[in-house]
Amino acid sequence: MKQIVYNGETDPRLCKEVLAATIANLAEHDPDVIFLDADLMSCSGTQKWAKEHPDRAIDCGIAEANMAGVAAGLAIAGFKPIIHSFGPFASRRCYDQIFLSGGYAKNDITVIGTDPGVTATMNGGTHMPFEDVALYNVLPGATVIDASDPTCLESVLRQCVNRKGIKYIRVGRKQMAKIYAEGSELEIGKAVTLKEGTDAVVFAAGIMLHEALQAAQALEKEGVSAAVVDCFTIKPLDADAVEAWAKKTGAVVVAENANRHGGLYGMILEVLGERCPVPAACVAVEDEFGEVGKQDYLQARFGLTAAHIVEQVKKVLARK
Amino acid sequence: MEKKELKSLQAFATKIRLAALDAIHSIGQGHIGGAFSIADTLAVLYGREMQVRPADPGWPDRDKLVVSKGHAGPAVYGTLALMGFFPYGELKTLNRGGTRLPSHCDRNKTPGVDVTTGSLGQGTSQAAGVALGDQLKGRKSRTFLIVGDGEAQEGQCWEAFEFAAAKKLGNLVVFIDWNKRQLDGYLDEVLPMGDFAKKMEAFGFDTVTVDGGDVEAIAAALERTRAGGEKPYAIVLDSIKGHGVKEVEETRGNHSMPVNDERYARWSDELKEQIAALEA
Repeated sequence: MKQIVYNGETDPRLCKEVLAATIANLAEHDPDVIFLDADLMSCSGTQKWAKEHPDRAIDCGIAEANMAGVAAGLAIAGFKPIIHSFGPFASRRCYDQIFLSGGYAKNDITVIGTDPGVTATMNGGTHMPFEDVALYNVLPGATVIDASDPTCLESVLRQCVNRKGIKYIRVGRKQMAKIYAEGSELEIGKAVTLKEGTDAVVFAAGIMLHEALQAAQALEKEGVSAAVVDCFTIKPLDADAVEAWAKKTGAVVVAENANRHGGLYGMILEVLGERCPVPAACVAVEDEFGEVGKQDYLQARFGLTAAHIVEQVKKVLARK
Repeated sequence: MEKKELKSLQAFATKIRLAALDAIHSIGQGHIGGAFSIADTLAVLYGREMQVRPADPGWPDRDKLVVSKGHAGPAVYGTLALMGFFPYGELKTLNRGGTRLPSHCDRNKTPGVDVTTGSLGQGTSQAAGVALGDQLKGRKSRTFLIVGDGEAQEGQCWEAFEFAAAKKLGNLVVFIDWNKRQLDGYLDEVLPMGDFAKKMEAFGFDTVTVDGGDVEAIAAALERTRAGGEKPYAIVLDSIKGHGVKEVEETRGNHSMPVNDERYARWSDELKEQIAALEA
């Protein structure tokens, strides 16, 4: 069951509340689920539950590489570990350990990287991962998710704990635009059409869905019919959906809260190049590091707004 | 220790060296120095200390071994073959395409290998995770971790050690194979590591130092660890890289050595003589 309820409003729930509640619920129903954090339990919303369940929630301290290795060891002992840190520390900081002790050694781990891209706001450039998606995309067999909203987060996390390999979920801790009705179930690997369209398609993920839907509404007023497709699963990408929409519209824009290299844009261009070459463009972070600021400032600074999507759709239409 | 058991363990250790040499000779080159330096420890672990089932390598309640210095694979494979986890003849497939015996230990390939290692430092955290997991599952299993002295230059080792002490993993025993040499030369030339025993003690481990070539001393150190408790254990092995074959011991760069037929004949004869004397 899945119901799209987007009307531009914000889901009242904090993503971190949904994250913590989902982890607690999963642990309650499955004795093998275990949660590890690196001194950020208060940030992931799990601290209260963790204190009540010391055997199910392990605070590893500020040592992400060790946390990743411990998770691999727990997997060997029969557990289904979920680990959390901020995005850069859940990717760059422990990448080799996730890659080898996890992926290569076939120890299944779910990794939550919070505050992806510009959602790291006041923590600034040191905490602002634009490259986490690219890193996980080249980890063989990995599942890479940019959560659309709290409902998507819950649905995906429930699937990830029982899924093979390394599963990386990037999601902010605050509120997001409400895309799906609570209780909706999304299938990993299946893109979701949020809005139909005939002239162009915008493939988007995470916080860029709201921008893409706003852009599509603006374009509609100018007589341009743009479809919006939720690519919350960046890998394995729903290549059939990408191909079908590229064929139907003949013009593609990709919107993502990440570096333009190695992320969703690159994954989609691979499909277009092999199956359906059509004009394409992206709304993503150029090849830059992050910086500090409020999210609206950063979205404008790095070109991640509805207006940028409108501009790119028009440009790509001109190349049809 | 009874003299009979002592000789039996010494012979086992020497057979492990011979098996590692057989494996490395079959492909012509390999990590012989660090394989030989842990042979006595492997003999005591598998010959005396660890609860394992060669016919059921995945038995959940088994004791686990994590050879974080994963390049010592040939010594591990020799031990496992001698224990009956797989046929001895398979040692000659070392590093050949499609083999179950890769240069560095791989839990998905080799029966009896519990943890995949090779990227130095990474076995330490995995061992802590296994030990913690076994505790949480209510198993009586223990985890034995072998770390190279050069490997201890990797910061991850110390993250894992502080974690093991903080989480009171009394079912974890860490060996530091203090053989004084790493790939580029002596530790004291490359990056001196100071006093391992003091460091492990400071990190919260119940620590002893033993002669890494003395099976009786290793066995006694391990007997102490059976008590469990709230502190993890550290056993610093004062060992010799390449121990067991004089020419290997005396070769400065013995981390990885070519083993041609001539060397093999000389070195294997030396080991076979030792075995014969022990079994006489």
